[in-house]
Amino acid sequence: MKLKLKIWRQNGPSDKGRMETYPVNDVSEDMSFLEMLDVLNDQLVRDGKDPIAFDHDCREGICGACSLFINGEAHGPGRGITTCQLHMRKFKDGDTIYVEPWRSAAFPVIKDLATNRGAFDRIQAAGGFVSVNTSGNLVDGNAVPIPKDDADKAFDAATCIGCGACVATCPNGSAMLFTAAKVSQLSLLPQGKPERKRRALAMVEQMDKEGFGNCSNTGACEVECPKNISLEHIARLNREYLAATVTKE
Amino acid sequence: MSRSAILGSSLTKKYWMALTGLFLCLFLIAHLAGNLQLLDMSPEGQLKFNAYAKFMTTFPLVKAASYLLYFSILFHAFDGILIAIQNRKARPVRYAKENAGANRSWASSNMALLGTLVLVFLVIHMKHFWFEMHWGDIGTDADGNKDLYTVVAAAFGQSWYVALYVVMMAVLAFHLLHGFQSAFQSLGINHPRYTPMIKNVGVFFAVVVPVLFALIPVWMFVHRA
Ligand code: HEM
Ligand code: SF4
Ligand code: FES
Repeated sequence: MKLKLKIWRQNGPSDKGRMETYPVNDVSEDMSFLEMLDVLNDQLVRDGKDPIAFDHDCREGICGACSLFINGEAHGPGRGITTCQLHMRKFKDGDTIYVEPWRSAAFPVIKDLATNRGAFDRIQAAGGFVSVNTSGNLVDGNAVPIPKDDADKAFDAATCIGCGACVATCPNGSAMLFTAAKVSQLSLLPQGKPERKRRALAMVEQMDKEGFGNCSNTGACEVECPKNISLEHIARLNREYLAATVTKE
Repeated sequence: MSRSAILGSSLTKKYWMALTGLFLCLFLIAHLAGNLQLLDMSPEGQLKFNAYAKFMTTFPLVKAASYLLYFSILFHAFDGILIAIQNRKARPVRYAKENAGANRSWASSNMALLGTLVLVFLVIHMKHFWFEMHWGDIGTDADGNKDLYTVVAAAFGQSWYVALYVVMMAVLAFHLLHGFQSAFQSLGINHPRYTPMIKNVGVFFAVVVPVLFALIPVWMFVHRA
């Protein structure tokens, strides 16, 4: 099939950037979206032009690198998938497809479609961990009894791959779904409970500092999240943070 | 309490948004219950309404509640606009193509616009009735109470004024369609058993309350003297 791509080009963080149009021919519907971009980049390189920069790594939906806003949706049409899991059969011959980077003040563009998502790392580093004593008296995690429901919910939260689709999709550029997933994952488990207050306060503080917007409960993040992280986790973060705020000394 | 307990963080801003919003919802019920008396346009109904208006502006407990109400409206509006400005800054470059319909309701992403329209309406509404009742030069009825009924009936005798009220109640309906259930989520209330119930009550509330409010001017216009 033949497609017309409208792609965001930006030479560097300080460049203004613009949408440019590229025709691509010979696209197979069995290709993934990234493979289609590979074809386009081959063509650009052969023509002596600058290939389009985009992030990718695992190409199997587990690393969260492939952050593309396609035809107005994070990771394009389709639910519960990343861009590398999006196939060209979702499109029709002759389609015009818009490809843009994640748009967020907290995710500056590095080049073209690649953004710097270090803000997520800094939120994580602010409290998304369990401090353990590594002096040799470790307790086997499986020796601690955990109710099945809690374990399941914590596991659901832990499937977040930090892709940033929630931020990209949210009309407010809010990082609540990501932060809520990271807070929930630990606060549901006995190992994470001792630090839960400090964690909720510190991670939300970092989230705000990075310049993400305020959650309006539009629910768009949940729809576009490749791992179907539930809004229930955002409610849990709201509870955790409320309890921590009113009880802190 | 520390600074972050008031407006310091994104979450505390939302707690206040939800608390003031739900308080305003309670107010809507009380306000509606009182104003439905206007549907009785008989001479006795008019006297009863004026007596009720007097009670609402003079009874100390109601007065205390009304100060809390004014504060809530102003705080809700201030907080909401602050949130909206910060949210705009969080996305300095907009998307060339955005398929908003794929993942969210229209109301949910236009709360600030809807809220601002409600605020403009409130200013007009309060100027015409609340201000007149308190400080306006309006006559008295047979019982010696300020004749607010006649002021209301005169206003709702004009078609453009009735139309304004009907349109603004539609705006309020959309604000509540998202807002009612959203407030519970903001406060951390999300439960597989109760959330579907809250959402249903929210839709019911968002439709029935504005429709009944809009019925008053329409009714009074149709039955105008
Ligand atoms: C009778 C009047 C009003 C009622 C009953 C009402 C009710 C509500 C409720 C229940 C919410 C949900 C809170 C949450 O999501 O936590 C809300 C949100 C909101 N309201 Fe109002 N509201 C009213 C007037 C206004 C006014 C005058 C403004 C002025 C700008 C406004 C602006 C907003 C905004 C911007 C939000 C969204 C905040 C967010 O979720 O980010 N509202 N309102
Ligand atoms: S919550 Fe979902 S959309 Fe957001 S970063 Fe995690 S996996 Fe991606
Ligand atoms: S490249 Fe790893 S999730 Fe797509």
